Amino acid sequence: MRSPLNDRITEIQPSGIRKFFDIVTEMEDAISLGVGEPDFDTPWHVREEGIHSLEMGRTFYTSNAGLKELRTEISNYINRRFGVSYDPLSECMVTVGGSEAIDLAMRCMLNPGDEVLIPQPSYVSYTPCAIMAGGVPVPIELEEKDEFRLTPEKLLEKITPKTKLLVLPFPNNPTGAIMEKEDLEKLVPIIEQNDLYVLSDEIYAELTYKGEMHSIIEFPGMRDRTVYINGFSKAYAMTGWRLGYCCAPKLILKQILKLHQFAIMCAPTTSQYAAVEALKNGDEDIARMREAYDQRRRFLVTRLREIGMDCFEPYGAFYVFPSIKRFGMSSEEFANRLLREEKVAIVPGTAFGDCGEGFMRISYAYSIEDLKKALDRIEAFVRKLPDSAFFRR
Amino acid sequence: MREKILAIIEKNSRLTTKDIADILGENEERVKAEIESMEQEGIICGYHTLINWDKTADERVDALIEVKVTPQRGQGFDSIAHRIYQYDEVDAVYLMSGSFDFTVMIKGRTMKEVALFVSEKLSPMESVLSTATHFVLKKYKDHGTVIEQPRVDERMKVSL
Repeated sequence: MRSPLNDRITEIQPSGIRKFFDIVTEMEDAISLGVGEPDFDTPWHVREEGIHSLEMGRTFYTSNAGLKELRTEISNYINRRFGVSYDPLSECMVTVGGSEAIDLAMRCMLNPGDEVLIPQPSYVSYTPCAIMAGGVPVPIELEEKDEFRLTPEKLLEKITPKTKLLVLPFPNNPTGAIMEKEDLEKLVPIIEQNDLYVLSDEIYAELTYKGEMHSIIEFPGMRDRTVYINGFSKAYAMTGWRLGYCCAPKLILKQILKLHQFAIMCAPTTSQYAAVEALKNGDEDIARMREAYDQRRRFLVTRLREIGMDCFEPYGAFYVFPSIKRFGMSSEEFANRLLREEKVAIVPGTAFGDCGEGFMRISYAYSIEDLKKALDRIEAFVRKLPDSAFFRR
Repeated sequence: MREKILAIIEKNSRLTTKDIADILGENEERVKAEIESMEQEGIICGYHTLINWDKTADERVDALIEVKVTPQRGQGFDSIAHRIYQYDEVDAVYLMSGSFDFTVMIKGRTMKEVALFVSEKLSPMESVLSTATHFVLKKYKDHGTVIEQPRVDERMKVSL
């Protein structure tokens, strides 16, 4: 009998971390700092708008690209934040989370053999999406010495005549790295000279704790080479609503919309009505949650450094990415032992690419009280390790 | 920095000065000094615990009493408020805008005890014109915290 399966999907390796996840899930008394979603509830006025839409019987499909009102709000938002304009009708569309947009954009832009530059450590979906789209994923290994930012040197090193698309995953999950204005500026001429396109995944954009946030689309010529992806999950604590969006020049968006129409029809209607409210009246909610994250971020970084877990200062998302290199064990071993011995779950850096070895992702989408409890246990664990800073003191 | 400290300890007064300093990215000594001077200046007036007494063996009732008074010449409402808040049973006194003058929050062991306090202590006061007593039957949210049911983290324990 011939294989029922597509060759590419079978070649994609399942995430090695699944087993670890299963153990965590079953361990009832484990404290987890392993979650990749906000701990806040969706703001009540946003939820209420969703409820209201149901009461009004708005339970039908929307247009494929999403509610016109929502696309207009998205276009306004980007204009307000970055001073860049997208036509709501032909250059903005609503997707099922940012992740749908990543998948569709790759499938609509890549031809067989096209190389996709993927800075790592980064979120896990870029590589499989590139492979399924027929592209060739090429990792760019970011380093702690650069605060895990993408430097022009690192970018140039991996460009070949086949390179077509550059993924910009900033603010970054898992490192918490951001790209400041000067960092982005340096990439612009390289992108232009090598005729690259950009997929900018800015799902964590609102969670930036240093200066103004910036996007590659602000720079001259870049808007026309970029698929800009964002969504509601992180900024408004709306993960379960499954709502994201992408903006791109007409030529690209038209094809992405075509694929979305066949595969998805439209993003959930209830979520779209709620999202209109979020964009219209949610700025204060974002500010409130951002301040809470920032407090936890400072708390966590200070405590980790005191414990002897070195970490660079992360200015984005809600993750800290401390190094465990001094303890002489692999990330996975560290995660497993910490879970077994002190019942704290954190994610090994290797879950986000090979170059995450020697690092751990710690999420601060938790209350200060929870962080304190977990940190006490992590401290107890680190104190036991033979090579820890405490023994050298 | 003061307002930031206050916003933090208003929600959780059990944090240590070290915790607060770490949260704010400030020096611990400075935070400690600020808190001490705010205590002295009467900005920080006390540290309390939010308790859901309904879940304990203790029998307690809370009541809200609307009080109308005739303000006294030269002293306005303040001297009447002073006479009301001296009683231990009185938990809070607020001067209000609107159709009555004071909100008086009373804590008692039984409804009868509260009723007796109103009829024997509060109502007979010279300047008090009338009172209306409302008993609290159930507290859903208090001091910004939903106390009806403890919050459960329903997220998956690990997600990328």
